[in-house]
Amino acid sequence: MTTTSLPTPAVPTAPPPTPSSTVTVTIDGREVEVASGTTILDAARLAGVRIPTLCHHPDLPPSGLCRLCIVEVEGQRQAQASCVYPITAPVAIRTHSPRIGQARRDIIDLLLSEHYGDCRTCARNGNCELQDLAVEYGVDRYRFGERSEPVHGVEAFGPSIVRDMDKCVLCLRCVRTCAELQGVHAIGVVGRGDTNTISTFMDLPLDEVNCINCGQCINRCPTGALTARDVTDDVWAALEDPTKHVVIQTAPAPRAALGEEFGLEPGTPVTWQMNTALREIGFDRVFDTNFTADLTIIEEGTELLLRLYRNLVLGDTSMPVPQFTSCSPGWVKYIEHGYPEFLPNMSTCKSPQQMFGALIKAWYAGRAGVDPADVVSVALMPCTAKKFEAGRPEMTDSGFADVDHVLTARELAVMTRQFGLYLPDMPPSDFDDPFGTASGSGIIFGATGGVMEAALRTVLELVTGQQVENIFDHADITPVRGFDDVRYVELTIPDEVGPVPELIAHLVPDWNWLRGVTLKVAVAHGTANAGRVMEDIKAGGKFSECHFIEFMACPGGCLGGGGQPIPTNVEIRRARAKAIYAEDSAYGEQGRARKSHENPAVVRLYSELLTDGPGGHTSHHLLHTEYTPRGSFIRSDGAEKEA
Amino acid sequence: MSVRTPMTLASIELGAGIRNACTEGPDEVITRVKESGLRGRGGAGFPTGLKWDLARQAPAPDGRRYVICNADEGEPGTFKDRVLLEDLADLVFEGMTIAGCAIGASEGIVYLRGEYVYLQDGLEETLARRRAAGLLGAGVRGRPDFDFDISIRIGSGAYVCGEETALIESLEGRRGEPRNRLPFPVVRGLYQAPTVVNNVETFAWVAAIMARGSAWFASIGTPGSSGPKLLSVSGDVERPGVYEFPLGVSIHEVLAAAGGEDAKAVIVGGAAGQCVPRRDFGRAIAYDDVSTGGAFIVLGERRDPLDVAENFMEFFVDESCGQCTPCRIGNVTILEGVRAMRRGEMTPERLRDLVKLGHTMQAASKCGLGQCSANVFLSIVEHADVLGRELVHA
Repeated sequence: MTTTSLPTPAVPTAPPPTPSSTVTVTIDGREVEVASGTTILDAARLAGVRIPTLCHHPDLPPSGLCRLCIVEVEGQRQAQASCVYPITAPVAIRTHSPRIGQARRDIIDLLLSEHYGDCRTCARNGNCELQDLAVEYGVDRYRFGERSEPVHGVEAFGPSIVRDMDKCVLCLRCVRTCAELQGVHAIGVVGRGDTNTISTFMDLPLDEVNCINCGQCINRCPTGALTARDVTDDVWAALEDPTKHVVIQTAPAPRAALGEEFGLEPGTPVTWQMNTALREIGFDRVFDTNFTADLTIIEEGTELLLRLYRNLVLGDTSMPVPQFTSCSPGWVKYIEHGYPEFLPNMSTCKSPQQMFGALIKAWYAGRAGVDPADVVSVALMPCTAKKFEAGRPEMTDSGFADVDHVLTARELAVMTRQFGLYLPDMPPSDFDDPFGTASGSGIIFGATGGVMEAALRTVLELVTGQQVENIFDHADITPVRGFDDVRYVELTIPDEVGPVPELIAHLVPDWNWLRGVTLKVAVAHGTANAGRVMEDIKAGGKFSECHFIEFMACPGGCLGGGGQPIPTNVEIRRARAKAIYAEDSAYGEQGRARKSHENPAVVRLYSELLTDGPGGHTSHHLLHTEYTPRGSFIRSDGAEKEA
Repeated sequence: MSVRTPMTLASIELGAGIRNACTEGPDEVITRVKESGLRGRGGAGFPTGLKWDLARQAPAPDGRRYVICNADEGEPGTFKDRVLLEDLADLVFEGMTIAGCAIGASEGIVYLRGEYVYLQDGLEETLARRRAAGLLGAGVRGRPDFDFDISIRIGSGAYVCGEETALIESLEGRRGEPRNRLPFPVVRGLYQAPTVVNNVETFAWVAAIMARGSAWFASIGTPGSSGPKLLSVSGDVERPGVYEFPLGVSIHEVLAAAGGEDAKAVIVGGAAGQCVPRRDFGRAIAYDDVSTGGAFIVLGERRDPLDVAENFMEFFVDESCGQCTPCRIGNVTILEGVRAMRRGEMTPERLRDLVKLGHTMQAASKCGLGQCSANVFLSIVEHADVLGRELVHA
């Protein structure tokens, strides 16, 4: 078994650190030893010295744009931006001097002079880096004037994102996120000098360019210039309408992060408190999206085995290998734009959100004795791309919009506060039937590698006929876990295989063709990494020999989604992942199912509704979908959009 | 534009410099350029020999190094490079070829200001002639170990692309925005390869130094500012044009030659330079006194310094790339301040804030543009008394 990472492309301006050599640097009189090549900013943080920043973000290569982090470097006439100054020789640094203090204050005043927008009505009030800096530097008046009216105005920037460029500080964190972290390049700088602004190709709306709606730009915006489209008013209206039966499905990732919105440490799960809060707010039923995550594993796992059988045994290339996961709507749009020729590799499974949406209106409504036309189906997601996904024209297999409204974790936090609830104090309660509480495999969908691990737990058991615990301790398939950009794992199927389960016996006669086969799988998170894997596949590299690849649009997977609490960084994402894996483990200790195929509600669904089995006619109608080859450019103008 | 004084560069024997360079080899070329004391003629004044030495010693993983001629002459009030490219392009190309020999580059690029596109055909003809003569291409001057050729690339009209790292970004096909200056281009420049970027005039003087010797060059000018310098003299003078003076020349002498003795101030170094009032006309044009890349703009008795300040600040507002905060918003803020002064609406408190802002821009901006764009404003405020202009009214 091997785990490898693809090389990350070199950051152009940072010199390669030479880990073997260290340098002693004196910062405000404190000596600290750092690896040669460490930036002054990082060295200062090691020394416990705070240097203010605005354009800097720990997930992004430094840029040296805002100039707030300037410091005095011994022997240099010019003040130096500490975020981009690599230390390669012993040097004394002062983070404060009269001119540095004046410059920082001036820079904040300059930014405020162009910042139109009232903090009191801003979504980022209380969680804004510019506001914090104004407090830190004691801004008491607008030294260089203030804007009396907007220059740009607020506009919906596509289905998921709203931009208010009057609040933009041009730190380019969004642009760098889109280009360098996500490899999408949907937004860039247009204009020059004081007319600089962030825009798209020809200033088209984001849904008419190659934006994947991942919302990573929102999570890294220091101000309220980028926010997610807010649907809380629509949800409140539905909740207040007595004729509506309002249900909410809740994805696993928000539960691991919602606590942050209420001041809890990252990685404090609030699943059971959230359930109670949702009922207090007025939702008629609270469902667990992990139920359809488990269902996805059955459908997608079956599809994988069928694909491998057809491909490797029957020589049928109409279902090409490797199979790609399809639960991340950001990744789906990324491949539709960038690699449409690989859409046949995509699993045809809908995402858990959309499977659930179809089941709620097509099955649950009837079972509950409610007219599906009166059901309002809400989804709580860590994700802004889910807002786009819910509006995809094909997502109406129930005869209605399968999902009516998508709330991000941030929106739910606001709704909870609006209702006067302190979420962490809510008494715990479980999810509602008939979907009940899902398996631990459903929960780990929230972390990068989770879909792969859940699929492997089920596929290995189906094929080998033995408990996956016999292969991996506690069924923890740790090689696919972690935050390495890309993980590549080989697993050899034992010589002994089991019988084909009855549910799929009509699809595959036996598993003999898998005896001793080395299953090659990979996991990539963040679409820039996904792009590297796709380029490797195109070039016939080792990833082209994989059987199954999990792709997640967001760094860290769903737990790092564009709808999650702000801020984000790798420590926060690690803490959320820890919470998710801890909840999976706890399911085992509580005697709950940890494998998708052991979820009793899933088993019941196949006996009541999906009687022709995974991949059968009913499941194809409700649970599977198709994709749109988009290419890099979609529409030339709005007129064609109407057509 | 008239050339008003005899140009030493016009008397240099073509081909002598490159012949000596090819005979003596890179070590000797760099030693000679260092001994000459030649400093960059574009304005910043970095010692040319040291720059070349750094580029030569920097590791080049794929073996490539570049020589770039910065012909993006965009500083308001400077036009001496245009004269060199029109009349003495051979000498400039010869200097570039010598640089290629010195640092081990096989590719030279002239980054030509967009407005100078009309020079392109003539320059291409000169290059073709030099290739035919074996002075460019494979095996320059018959040396099998020295391949060097020069291509011409046209800028698109952005002043900031005269800043060497923005120029490199532009050459690589991106927005012309300055890079963070560590590493320096001599270590990692064009396509991450060690790169020497020098001004047009610098290359011409290199050819002259290699032809006549470093001692000759060092004997002209002052110890810290050796050699002759071309100045573009414009504004309220009788005889505007390109002048050559030994560095160390006083402002008085330049004004006397050009017919501007009654000036009340000169702006030396262009829009990014400084305003020198009459009482300081005894100061010298030199790197360690009043430094300039060549611009020498004369303000006559009736010229309103605030007109000049507004004009320059409008220029910088237009030309700032907008990457960094102090430059992007600072220039706009100072321009508004200058306009407020002209309207008679400046308060002492606001002026104090603006002067502090000017110093912030000098200290904190990312590149030379923002570090210099407040200079003229600041020097006008500093010398307001002798310039005879009331700035504060309220």
